[in-house]
Amino acid sequence: MTLAEGVQLVAFGILTAMMLGSALGVVLLSNIVYSAFLLGGVFISISGLYVLLNAGFVAAAQVLIYVGAVNVLILFGIMLVNKKEAFPEVPRAWIGRAATAIVCIGLFALLSTMVLGTSWTLSTEPAVGDGATVLIGIHLFSDFLLPFELASVLLLMALVGAIILARREYIPDEPSVDGPDALTLPERKRELVSASGADASDL
Amino acid sequence: MIQLEYFLLLAAALFCIGIYGLVTSRNVIRVLMSIELMLNAVNINLMAFSNYLDPATATGQVFAVFVITIAAAEAAVGLAIVLSIYRNRDTVDMEQFNLLKW
Repeated sequence: MTLAEGVQLVAFGILTAMMLGSALGVVLLSNIVYSAFLLGGVFISISGLYVLLNAGFVAAAQVLIYVGAVNVLILFGIMLVNKKEAFPEVPRAWIGRAATAIVCIGLFALLSTMVLGTSWTLSTEPAVGDGATVLIGIHLFSDFLLPFELASVLLLMALVGAIILARREYIPDEPSVDGPDALTLPERKRELVSASGADASDL
Repeated sequence: MIQLEYFLLLAAALFCIGIYGLVTSRNVIRVLMSIELMLNAVNINLMAFSNYLDPATATGQVFAVFVITIAAAEAAVGLAIVLSIYRNRDTVDMEQFNLLKW
């Protein structure tokens, strides 16, 4: 990174404030749609932090995959299960929330003391900078080849599994051996939702 | 100069926010979002270590790419499970998903 140190520090401060504010909004806001959009803000701030860490390729991948795919997927999920419902109150729910907050703050304190108490042996080698893209490619096809191939198999499994889980599953009474729909997956009939949205709670 | 400790503290804070959201959320989709926050905190750690402790080989960046891949697969399968549960139980309230409660 060839920016001046002051610029780096100011950018780090802005990105930190954006990230922590958006993350608190994701967790604490009551409207789930606002949470999803703030999650996109968190991802973009993290991408900026990666740029500060001399990792342009991973920053671009972060924007493409998280903002472009995961966040859009979550927004579609919210749209598909968009049911306005008031959750019934659980008695003494504040005890659980307070206990969780105490545990989280304690964990943060523990991690902070560990981070600040350790003397890290910083490397003095120059960072590869933009050459990191080439290095990542070399790693992926030499010493990380097996994890790379396993990741592709895992993505295929996730693809098939997501389709199978999200389908309307249905076992027909007599399986059609031949005929026009012999090679199609049987699917339950769906009621069409009226355009006025009166029956929008039905998926 | 930005120190390594700043990034580690930032990642720790993000991870703790993610845990708080994971435990206290009532909405299933918010739980998924909290898991994404925690995965991103881990990624910040990996990238910070890669930049400050081992800048010449970029191994930490390869790990981060793998974590991003797994997180995308996890989000897809998680949302499919949420849709399936929503069809069966007609709610997104975590407190009512108690089929396996003894």
